[in-house]
Amino acid sequence: MSLRAEHELHRRRAGRNIGLALVLLGFIAIVFGLTVVKVTSGNPMQAFDHVSRPEIIPGAAPAQGD
Amino acid sequence: MTDASINTQTIQPEAGFGDYVALLKPRVMSLVVFTALVGLLAAPVGVHPMIGFASILFIAVGAGASGALNMWWDADIDAVMKRTAKRPVPAGKVEPGEALAVGVALSGFAVVMLALASNMVAAGLLAFTIFFYAVIYTMWLKRWTPQNIVIGGAAGAFPPMIGWAVATGGIGLESVLMFLLIFMWTPPHFWALALFMNADYEKAGVPMLTVTHGRRVTRNHILAYTLLLAPLAIGTGFTSIGGPVYLAVAVVLNALFLIGAVRIWRRDEATSQDDKYKVEKSFFGLSLLYLFLHFGAILAEAALRPYGLGGWG
Repeated sequence: MSLRAEHELHRRRAGRNIGLALVLLGFIAIVFGLTVVKVTSGNPMQAFDHVSRPEIIPGAAPAQGD
Repeated sequence: MTDASINTQTIQPEAGFGDYVALLKPRVMSLVVFTALVGLLAAPVGVHPMIGFASILFIAVGAGASGALNMWWDADIDAVMKRTAKRPVPAGKVEPGEALAVGVALSGFAVVMLALASNMVAAGLLAFTIFFYAVIYTMWLKRWTPQNIVIGGAAGAFPPMIGWAVATGGIGLESVLMFLLIFMWTPPHFWALALFMNADYEKAGVPMLTVTHGRRVTRNHILAYTLLLAPLAIGTGFTSIGGPVYLAVAVVLNALFLIGAVRIWRRDEATSQDDKYKVEKSFFGLSLLYLFLHFGAILAEAALRPYGLGGWG
């Protein structure tokens, strides 16, 4: 009696792996799509980045030289 | 050890991808997708199609996650009932621990992703819905009170509210009315099912109204809830999500639903057994159509609005 290289279990496991791969690829596509929409939808994207930026404080006077 | 001895060992059946999908109750998910989509599209504020699509998907994943948690907790009674015995956990395809892990992981994933895709109100409502279905309904009420499906029905009623919140960022009268429509529809829908599936619930020891208070009381309750549902469903037609199309559909469907409920109420057990619960079964079928067409009509009003035809002008 020889060992079979392919078992029903291998087929099922492969199906599960392919299914998971497709789900993950779909998720990547959705996050990418959402990112593109959020970035291009026109909301202000600038924020404080360790340095004070008076120009993004609502109502603040423009800095000298502006 | 020889090759032969290896081959005689029993290999534990491993779950396929479809078994994990079945864990998420795809049929319930399809209803959630439909009602959440109607809530989203009926809202007065539009959303970007990509955000709308992703949000509906995350709402569906959240609903699926609560389904997995329900299957983990209820595996013992699912194994007893004919209708549920083939679910992945009682069938031995998926381990109970795996169902719990899938449920918890997907719940967190769905809520966080919905918050990122839309807003905190929608995500908060989704989190509450999952908690309500998995903990309040499945773990607490289902095996404790015959009013289980009345209060548990709230979990199924939240999706249009979440869809509305995705678009508006809040809660409105119309979204509460859509919630109430499903909430009040659930008891007559499930009790009609319980009238002709009683043996299953009795065997599993689930305190359905038919088991605890008998069929006469159940028939009275079906009529009472249908009487309360009708003005609510028709009244919704006069709000901003309603219109002539919705109102016409609602009047016809509620008249038919009321006639069905009265027929169920007037029958006794002997008559029902004689014709194998014909009236109860047709009422159950009508109840499915009832909900689908009400939400379909809300969707139709929303679709007609850009052409100046939907709503009350």
